[in-house]
Amino acid sequence: MDEIISRHLGRAGPLLLILHDIQDEFGHVPAEAVPVIAAALNVSRAEVHGVISFYHDFKAVPASKPVVQLCRAEACQARGVERIAPLFESDPRIALETVYCLGLCASGPSARIGDEVVARLDERAALRLIERVGA
Amino acid sequence: MKLFVPGDAAAVAVGADAVAARLAALLDQRGIDAQIIRNGSRGMFELEPLVEVESARGRLGYGRVDPDQVEEMLDAILAGGDHPAALGPVDDIPFLKRQTRLTFARCGIVDPQSLEDYRRHGGLVGLERALDLGPAAIVEEVVQSGLRGRGGAGFPTGIKWRTAAEAPGTQKYIVCNADEGDSGTFADRMIMEGDPFVLIEGMAIAGIAVGATIGYIYIRSEYPHAIRAMNRAIETARMAGLLGERILGSGHRFDVEVRVGAGAYVCGEETSLLESIEGKRGEVRAKPPLPAHVGLFGKPTVINNVLSLAAVPFILAEGAQAYADFGMGRSRGTMPIQLAGNVRNGGLFETPFGITLGELVEDIGGGTLSGRPLRAVQVGGPLGAYFPPHLFDTPFDYEAFTAAGGLIGHAGITLFDDSVDMAQMARFAMTFCAAESCSKCTPCRLGSTRGIEVLDKIIAGENVAANIALIEDLCETMKFGSLCALGGFTPYPVLSALTHFAEDFAGGSDRARSAKMELSQ
Repeated sequence: MDEIISRHLGRAGPLLLILHDIQDEFGHVPAEAVPVIAAALNVSRAEVHGVISFYHDFKAVPASKPVVQLCRAEACQARGVERIAPLFESDPRIALETVYCLGLCASGPSARIGDEVVARLDERAALRLIERVGA
Repeated sequence: MKLFVPGDAAAVAVGADAVAARLAALLDQRGIDAQIIRNGSRGMFELEPLVEVESARGRLGYGRVDPDQVEEMLDAILAGGDHPAALGPVDDIPFLKRQTRLTFARCGIVDPQSLEDYRRHGGLVGLERALDLGPAAIVEEVVQSGLRGRGGAGFPTGIKWRTAAEAPGTQKYIVCNADEGDSGTFADRMIMEGDPFVLIEGMAIAGIAVGATIGYIYIRSEYPHAIRAMNRAIETARMAGLLGERILGSGHRFDVEVRVGAGAYVCGEETSLLESIEGKRGEVRAKPPLPAHVGLFGKPTVINNVLSLAAVPFILAEGAQAYADFGMGRSRGTMPIQLAGNVRNGGLFETPFGITLGELVEDIGGGTLSGRPLRAVQVGGPLGAYFPPHLFDTPFDYEAFTAAGGLIGHAGITLFDDSVDMAQMARFAMTFCAAESCSKCTPCRLGSTRGIEVLDKIIAGENVAANIALIEDLCETMKFGSLCALGGFTPYPVLSALTHFAEDFAGGSDRARSAKMELSQ
């Protein structure tokens, strides 16, 4: 944690940079990190907490299951994402997160698993994806 | 032999990496001397993965290639024979042939990570001319081109630059808004992945013009491929002296850094984006002061969309007039339009302003992918209005869209077939606003949630007339009382759905229900 903080300390506007690295490293931003970051940046704990809670990417607890981010914005709705969404919702092996847009709007429905993106998800492809990610 | 397999996220999402790997293995196995280039996408997403091979007839395409098909395809390429996936010369495909690609001229053509390739295809000519012209003349050139902010607001880019250039201060910034959160848009992502140097060049020109030495590209975290592509290109640009202490050997200093968003849609709003780079909650700032006066870290800042900055190298290279010659009225130049949603030929279509909405969605887009009747198109993302077919004669132009009760926004067009329930889409607009509101101003924070409740009552058939009057009143409050476009423009999709698709409101939509029934049979 200290190493992550010191890596960014000299940079302009370092808080998001620090939080991203902590999230990547630990899979969440633990509550213990808040006072440490606050002290290092000379800001209040409330300010750090305020930033963490503002952004969807920063999680208070680590995910207990593999996360599938499914785009449910307008373009993917128009391409039928709501018909396949129940497959993800009902599967206990994965955690479904809703995102609004992955920029694959002419190829949806689309999903993201970490840095991997998948598109043209019909029922078969969705089941295959769940099988693979949930395994 | 030169082969192209796109590395664009939309190609990768449908198997391009597997195709490239299979192709590389086969070439290796057969001892064939060939190069595989991971180009950007040509922007025809129904055809991805689109493999291309260089030939005497130009680049020949093979569309929707499956990894299992690669061997057959390679045999066909080597034999010069036919193949079911063969498309012939890619440049002859009507979807491409009908375009005027100024900003996207290189996207899908070049190796996006090769600066030499960039130069060979006309890159850096604009920057070189900018260095000769000097700051004041660059600003004048951009003003004369008529370029307006491509992020959605349509504010003249040159005027913004002039304001920042004239603002007193020793430290100034160029900020590129690559927080492309609108559903139905992907042009920023495509250019960052397919031609990243054009954005770097555009930012460097902006830096010289206003006297800024540091640039930030704020990319949303949902775009891992674009983040990687931009970071690599920036590194290459530094090594080559395109960025750094003396850009292209001149006396100008300029460097660029990527900053990654954290999943907040509202950070696409310019002042909230600045807050986010500063490491704060992405809350909107009240304007004035304008960012050009008091921007990032309180310093004069030019904040432009990716497409605005990426249009600049052409303007400098070819001259303001060459750009201004395209377009209609006060909308000059070209617009990279994105056809999305339930569309047969979806993708990137760059064209001069003036083309009608109907030509775009019917002739070029080919109507719906489902083959069902086209019922509505949403133009400009989640904050854009829904258009019914009887408004399809609206020309693509900032003023014409405003007059029709909509907005161009970032030029994403999302098609919906007749299974859409427009009352639900109106409700979704309010839900989205509630989920993404930064919570700083009351009309947006509370109005969106109250909006969902009122729409639910209308949908349930409760006091319909009174509740419709209430939602119209609420929309008026949000439109005029919100600090930024999130709360201010959410009324566009809501009211346009209500105006043009009134039959879907009140007591639920029988029409949509029966269309859905048909679909499920």
